Amino acid sequence: MNLMEYKAKEMFREFGIPTPEGYVVDAPDTIAKVDRPVVIKAQVLTGGRGKAGGIQFASDTKEAKAKAKQVLGMDIRGHIVHHVLVEPKLDIGQELYLGFVIDRSVRAVRVLASARGGMDIESVPKSELFSEPVDVEKGLTEEQTARMAKALRLDARLAPTFRDVAARLWKLFTTKDATLVEINPLVVTKQGALVAADAKLTIDNDALYRHPEVGKPEDEYTPLEQKAKDQGIAFVQLEGNIGVIANGAGLTMATLDAIRAAGGAGGVFLDLGGTDDPEKVKVAVRLMKEAGPKVVLINIFGGITKCDTVAKGLQEVASQEGMGVPVVARIKGRNEELARGILKDAGLIAATSLQEAATKAVELSRGGA
Amino acid sequence: MAILIDHGTRVIVQGITGTQGSYHAKAMLDFGTRVVGGTSPGKGGQQVHGIPVFNTAKEAVEATGADTSCVLVPRQFAAGAVSDALEAGVRLVVVITEHIPVQDVIRFVHRAGKLGSRVVGPNCPGLASPGRCKVGILPDTIFKPGPVGVVSRSGTLTYEIVNSISEYGLGQTTCVGIGGDPVIGTNFIDALGLFERDPETKQIVLVGEIGGSAEEEAAAYVKEHVTKPVFAYIAGRSAPPGKTMGHAGAIISGSKGDAKSKVEALERAGIKVATWPADIPRLILGEM
Repeated sequence: MNLMEYKAKEMFREFGIPTPEGYVVDAPDTIAKVDRPVVIKAQVLTGGRGKAGGIQFASDTKEAKAKAKQVLGMDIRGHIVHHVLVEPKLDIGQELYLGFVIDRSVRAVRVLASARGGMDIESVPKSELFSEPVDVEKGLTEEQTARMAKALRLDARLAPTFRDVAARLWKLFTTKDATLVEINPLVVTKQGALVAADAKLTIDNDALYRHPEVGKPEDEYTPLEQKAKDQGIAFVQLEGNIGVIANGAGLTMATLDAIRAAGGAGGVFLDLGGTDDPEKVKVAVRLMKEAGPKVVLINIFGGITKCDTVAKGLQEVASQEGMGVPVVARIKGRNEELARGILKDAGLIAATSLQEAATKAVELSRGGA
Repeated sequence: MAILIDHGTRVIVQGITGTQGSYHAKAMLDFGTRVVGGTSPGKGGQQVHGIPVFNTAKEAVEATGADTSCVLVPRQFAAGAVSDALEAGVRLVVVITEHIPVQDVIRFVHRAGKLGSRVVGPNCPGLASPGRCKVGILPDTIFKPGPVGVVSRSGTLTYEIVNSISEYGLGQTTCVGIGGDPVIGTNFIDALGLFERDPETKQIVLVGEIGGSAEEEAAAYVKEHVTKPVFAYIAGRSAPPGKTMGHAGAIISGSKGDAKSKVEALERAGIKVATWPADIPRLILGEM
């Protein structure tokens, strides 16, 4: 789960990481008196805010309100700005970078730091980047932060503060079950203080159960995606018009790929998971209907999941509520014969191979209005 | 021979008194697996399908001489169960449980390395050596003994591909589901190395998906260290960036982890990549 910048900064403060003293507003009129230059930052979960005009500067109250009005309601890459963060403008001397990420390849956390902050960390040359795995047992050590400070060529005055921020950020990362935390830029002010000018924080979705304080995600999922999530169904809305229901994430992806290979476009990813419950199938089908695809392609490989269970769920929704759109079902594996009979009786189109099913679905998605 | 599990493997099921644990313990027995015990805190002394239940992994290992464990406990207790098994001296811990916090996974995978043991998973279907042994939740009906080694990040997609290999008259030495999480105990490279050294395995099938760079790393490894023919399928060619496609690990971050780069890396390493899952056996047989 990605946190908005202002939420991440609240958490930074909790761990003693210095941030600008800002506040969040959802309407221009609630901006307090401005007696020194401020920055107004759109709170959205997407990159490229600056380029899109979502970060504005102002030097008095009137200008601040006008700029806030301009940013609020803005559409940044499909994300509507509902809140802006108002902070004093920093007197920037230097911009650093500091972050922790999960590194899949080394199966550990990796610490990243650079004296060239303020730009995309992936475009920082390797020679300018300190990048090391953090020891799983020892955690981030004093010895490591000392080497970081040296690599960044920080002077003797700044190095201890930087090392302290790094230690605190590590503490936050482990305590809050983060999968990514980034301060970019970590500003060195002209007065010589270190301040986290921006904050990017992702908490492990699988650890949210032990962090109720983190709260619910904002602006990350579409309403329908959120609804599915609440019911334990993996559901992603895409651009196309063919909805896919399959069991297992890999098979669902492979089915969407098959649609593309057949010349069509997938509109919904719905992973049913393993289930022996026709009720869950019904819930999934209803979600799919709400998403409004033109055709539904169902691809089930029955292993532990019994094909006839899925077919029964489908048949019940089809007979009681109607499907509204054509349904192509490709069902293979455990009890497939039984399932095919049920589907046929329910008037649904049964296909044997994935290729055949995808081709049929694409054909149907092109027909009619 | 097969890899990781064979006739001699002695398995305990952690969480054996639960619905999943009990169901799959039975399915493993039916497959021919020597399920010698199970664990469930506070339920020691009971039996499930005739299998003795112990309170802890330590007790179970001491009483049964088990060398392998299958973890089927709820996610809040899963990391604890894995640690118990490792400390009890279990050599191979197969973690089926999904949604374990990644920092917990990092810790137990690291611990396994220190102890010289191996973790497979988490969030995986487990492994099966047809005709010999199964540890996990893979369906029994899809397998057939034969020369193909299969390693995959997926579950049902693997079944689909394994099934098509069997239907074509080929069969498998071992099928390893390594799991769809970002951090896993056994990766493609580990499995490829094991298959390369297994004399019975003649061809290797790799089933990957978007997210991370495991397929690219596997491709580089194959180029250097694998002499046997490798075939691949990659799921997620049509997936958009920034969306988690079901598996926690299946996400394209920026320009990283997309299917195109994986397919290209694999092909550069001389690996034939199938467009359709069902094409895998035909590629193996040289029919296309």
